[in-house]
Amino acid sequence: MIYNEEFETLPREVLEALQLKRLRQVMERVYHTVGLYRKSFDEAGVSPEDLTSLNDLHRFPFTTKGDLRDNYPFGLFAVPMSNIVRLHASSGTTGKSTVVAYTRRDIETWSELMARCFVAAGLTRNDIIHNAYGYGLFTGGLGAHYGAEKMGASVIPMSGGNTKRQITILQDFGPTAICCTPSYALTLAEAGAEIGVDMRALKLRVGILGAEPWSEQMRSEIEDKLDITALNIYGLSEVIGPGVSMECIEGRNGMHIFEDHFIVETIDPDTGAVLPPGEAGELVFTTITKEAFPLIRYRTRDISRIMTEPCRCGRNFFRMERVSGRSDDMLIIRGVNVFPSQIESILMAIEGLEPHYQLIVERTGTLDTLTIKVEVSDKIFSDEVRMLQGLERRISKDIKDYLGVTAAVRLVEPKSLQRFEGKAERVVDKRRS
Amino acid sequence: MKAEQISIFMENRPGALEQATRVLKDAGINIRALSLADTSDFGILRLIVNDVEKAKEVLKASGFTVRRTEVVAVEVPDRPGGLHSILESLSKENVNVEYMYAYVERSGENAIIIFRFDQTDAAIRILTQKGFTVLPGDKVYSL
Repeated sequence: MIYNEEFETLPREVLEALQLKRLRQVMERVYHTVGLYRKSFDEAGVSPEDLTSLNDLHRFPFTTKGDLRDNYPFGLFAVPMSNIVRLHASSGTTGKSTVVAYTRRDIETWSELMARCFVAAGLTRNDIIHNAYGYGLFTGGLGAHYGAEKMGASVIPMSGGNTKRQITILQDFGPTAICCTPSYALTLAEAGAEIGVDMRALKLRVGILGAEPWSEQMRSEIEDKLDITALNIYGLSEVIGPGVSMECIEGRNGMHIFEDHFIVETIDPDTGAVLPPGEAGELVFTTITKEAFPLIRYRTRDISRIMTEPCRCGRNFFRMERVSGRSDDMLIIRGVNVFPSQIESILMAIEGLEPHYQLIVERTGTLDTLTIKVEVSDKIFSDEVRMLQGLERRISKDIKDYLGVTAAVRLVEPKSLQRFEGKAERVVDKRRS
Repeated sequence: MKAEQISIFMENRPGALEQATRVLKDAGINIRALSLADTSDFGILRLIVNDVEKAKEVLKASGFTVRRTEVVAVEVPDRPGGLHSILESLSKENVNVEYMYAYVERSGENAIIIFRFDQTDAAIRILTQKGFTVLPGDKVYSL
């Protein structure tokens, strides 16, 4: 099913013409209203009039997280506060939080995008959506909430936390869909099983999961433990919040980018060079309809790949592959680039291992060392030392074989690693302190 | 003729062992024999207790990873060469000992040793044929 058939199935050339028209308008507007853009365009010797084709966008300067931080809190807003109806702020895991703003029309746009996501997940107005994304400054909760209401489903505004209560509501209200982070979906599955609830017997049918990188193996695990179809949703508060792209239930392979509102590019994170579609690189977004907080060529730090192949669902938007990591999450261990998601894939490929792990990076003398703590589960616990040591060695070997880094593996007691209700933070980098 | 042992996964850190023994104490469970296999980062605590089912239940409820394992309790003559005679008859038949440890109590004039074999049934058959006494589980728990 498609929520906005007219726009979501636009032929490529019509879509690109629309993109160019909208891009020119937004460029013109930010040049005259936002100091940063006037300055950076002038410095780069480019002007909005230079945009005669979409490729001309490549000549414009990037906007970075640092620019957002330098203009904290309201320096990049393109409309007066009297036109702004909502503020959100990012969690600020990598520094000061960044503040984003919405006009009434921006909220309308965002709600429609989230409505498109829910319909892409196969939901209708007959569905009940359990929204366990955090409500508040984080865009997840309210973004999903407005989208659910817009498409007419019933929404349960659960927010994050209070896991036992969530399980009671899941049992008693019988929601058919859940929105949360993938790690929280697993936390719920585990917590439910622990108190004797058959989590597969719930009415849940589909999960709209995102806000952190995850793996295909984790998807299988969630689908198995909750008996649902788990779909990937992508978004970031700077661009609009959740609803920048969404996997369709028909294809279940890559997330359709809502290109009538965003222009996507992939670049080489080191050189900034634009990569052809199909090559993995850092995603860069330009918002072409946002009023309060337009962003030009925003570097997301998210590593992905654009898929241009047509999709069976009928949407004409390009898809992006699941984010394989963030370029600032990337660990460089003795010169080798490693994403936590790669380690997760390896762990999850080993029968019986639970996706509860922690990566600890330390520097001993001049050498980096990586230690991976993995929880022992009933399935893998053997009474014999050599079996457990064999498992540790197997994990180390797989990591060495696939990623080329040496890691010490330590089995730890179950439930001894932290559980996450929002975004999972699995890396402890002691080199920074 | 088999006895059941409780195996518990433990991290190698202060207090890990104490937590397990506290859980057993609070449940009124008596430890009859034990061994601790250790590596640099984890250990496996193996216990013979007076109530296997209850021990497993309370340990699991306290968050431990627990497993029941089949072991064999054998009476060993308390004289030079006593243990050797047992091992000799087993090695002839190619039965491997994964690990073993001594029981606290004696059975009459004999010591008791807990064995974990790679082939439990074969080991019991060989030992019984050779005239050694293999103690059944209920007898072991309540000695």
